[in-house]
Amino acid sequence: MTARSTQTRVAAVAELESSCLLRPGNTNCGGCGMSIALQLLSRATAGRTVQLVVPPCCGWVTGGNYPHTAYGASVMASTLGSVGAVASGMANVARLNSEKTRVIAWAGDGATYDIGLAALSGAAERDEDVLFICYDNEIYGNTGGQRSSATPSGASTTTTPRGKRGAKKDIVGIMMAHQVGYVATVSLAHPDDAVRKMRFAVDARGFRFLHILSPCPTGWKADSSLSVHLVRLAVRGGLFPVLEARDGALVVNVRPEFSGVALAEYFSHQRRFRSGSVDVADILGAVGRHWAGLERWGARLENGEPLGPIGPQGSAAGPDGGAR
Amino acid sequence: MTSRLLSANHAAGLAAVMAARANRTARGFCAAVYPITPQTECIEFLSSQAIEKGHVVHVESEHSAMGVCLGASATGARSFTASSSNGLAYMAENLIAAALLRLPIVIAAVNRTLGPPWSIWADHGDSLLFRDSGCIQIYCADNQEVFDSILLAFRLAEDPSVLVPAMVCLDGFVLSHTLCQTEVPEQEVVDRLLPAMDLPHRLTDTPVIFGGLAASPRQIEVHRYRHQDALDHVLEIYPAVQDEFEQALGRRPGNPVVHYRTEDAETVLLSAGSLASTVERAVDMARDKGERVGSLRLRMVRPFPFDHLRRALEGRRHVAVLDRDISLGFGGILGGEIRGCVPPGAAMQDYVVGLGGGDVRPEHVLDLVGDLRLRPDSPRSHLVEVGR
Repeated sequence: MTARSTQTRVAAVAELESSCLLRPGNTNCGGCGMSIALQLLSRATAGRTVQLVVPPCCGWVTGGNYPHTAYGASVMASTLGSVGAVASGMANVARLNSEKTRVIAWAGDGATYDIGLAALSGAAERDEDVLFICYDNEIYGNTGGQRSSATPSGASTTTTPRGKRGAKKDIVGIMMAHQVGYVATVSLAHPDDAVRKMRFAVDARGFRFLHILSPCPTGWKADSSLSVHLVRLAVRGGLFPVLEARDGALVVNVRPEFSGVALAEYFSHQRRFRSGSVDVADILGAVGRHWAGLERWGARLENGEPLGPIGPQGSAAGPDGGAR
Repeated sequence: MTSRLLSANHAAGLAAVMAARANRTARGFCAAVYPITPQTECIEFLSSQAIEKGHVVHVESEHSAMGVCLGASATGARSFTASSSNGLAYMAENLIAAALLRLPIVIAAVNRTLGPPWSIWADHGDSLLFRDSGCIQIYCADNQEVFDSILLAFRLAEDPSVLVPAMVCLDGFVLSHTLCQTEVPEQEVVDRLLPAMDLPHRLTDTPVIFGGLAASPRQIEVHRYRHQDALDHVLEIYPAVQDEFEQALGRRPGNPVVHYRTEDAETVLLSAGSLASTVERAVDMARDKGERVGSLRLRMVRPFPFDHLRRALEGRRHVAVLDRDISLGFGGILGGEIRGCVPPGAAMQDYVVGLGGGDVRPEHVLDLVGDLRLRPDSPRSHLVEVGR
């Protein structure tokens, strides 16, 4: 290799790294949904100046020990319960100084659904110029896997060894009820849709919220090669609706099959559901009720068509021929 | 300079607004506020004022108020908030973070006793929760001092050799809701006193993590050492800052320990905040009877003015500390701290007095002077009842 081509390659790598939100050499687990999500977000933020706000979570450990950082953007490490507030302060100062900096809150489910919910709600209600992204691994992963209010019913965690009782909190519904400019869910199995939403959300003004189902192979006790597949199954089964709400319209981007087979496979790959009793028929019933709720919000498919037969009956008669 | 009739709440708010405007040529001002009695009028005033390149965020809690201040200050803006009592307690996590992140945020702490049971009256238990947090703490005795101390707090906190938050403490209702003539300087004067804030470690576009992991104990040791050093610097630069303020405002901010008729005093009474005004009246009454009594007011609780106190207590025979606070299971907080500065041979007694807004009158203080001479020296605080 000539000196010149080496130089060019070094420059190319440097350029890649400079536009990359998550740099090589980070210590994240293999198959981490958050890592995949950050790679997708890098594409959406390319060419833009962003500042991240990250609470103590896996995304915080991602950065590495002082003085190193695996992040390709400056990061404000906030306290766990104040991501929305800290991001608000940063966004206001950027606005006062006519800066183009986009402030992005990057928080796990604990800092979104639980301890940070009040600060998130406050920032949303004030319509702060903040993009709040929740990577939801349904667990307090960084502390070793305790239940959060995002943990689904039946999942065992270190604090719910016999499976969590009670449903997962509907954070997307909560955020839509705030009537902010943009609320969307992001499927890691649908990267085109994901990057489109991220790019829109990065550039839009006012408060925006993205919810990402982020598999955690460690906490979900699943093979790290299956992370994207698990998300695809969750979407097919209707467990994770892929949607976006803006301008008063709620659009479903990927029509689920309400497939009991997909859900059964989703649960079977994750040993966190082994000790609890997860009944796919029950889950399908809950999925149907959730989608009926989305219909009440006025959800339509991308082409404007109604969602079609959903609800417990509709879902039970899905393309896979029912629950079990 | 104009003279205005202001409550201490409005004095604090006005000083914050002038400090805010003074940073319009730099990265501006961003405050965040949440109501709680008795500081609410301060944030109402702040919210009523037009601030060029400034914004006041109305958040959903004190915890978020300081959260917004963290983000604003970390990106280089001047920042301010105010709170009281359980509001300060709720703010605690982020206020400690502000200190450890070395962010020069100024907090007006309008003292109110902690609940439950709920009471809105003053004692210092709320602000003294933050004794160990790494903030500057200044306790005020009148409204003019509140106004001046807010400006002074920004000046000290933002000094490049300091860079820590500063808490200006004022007694709820006694000061916060009492109107006094207050001298207010022109904006140009404040512009000179508080030059554009330049936070050397502010977040820019350079990829760094601000406040991330420091896994090694050595990093924490160095961090704490530097923080301690920064607070020591406050006392080193303080006389020069007093000079600056005296030249600009025509009045000198008080020393860390404020003396009143102590020249030949055998007995000194030490207190903080507006309680010291009462003690000074009691000193006048005792002096009228020919007693050699003086008052010391601890204006700066952090950094702790060891040397000032050592000098102030040198040669005294009796020292009484009046604590408007209590560390339950120990006793008066200031008494515990000051004991180490009392010279050998002097008798010291700590009195916990005026909790929950108990109305301490000069006669109560005179009773303590009598008690002090008879009571055997003891490290245990003596709780004095003045409430009715």
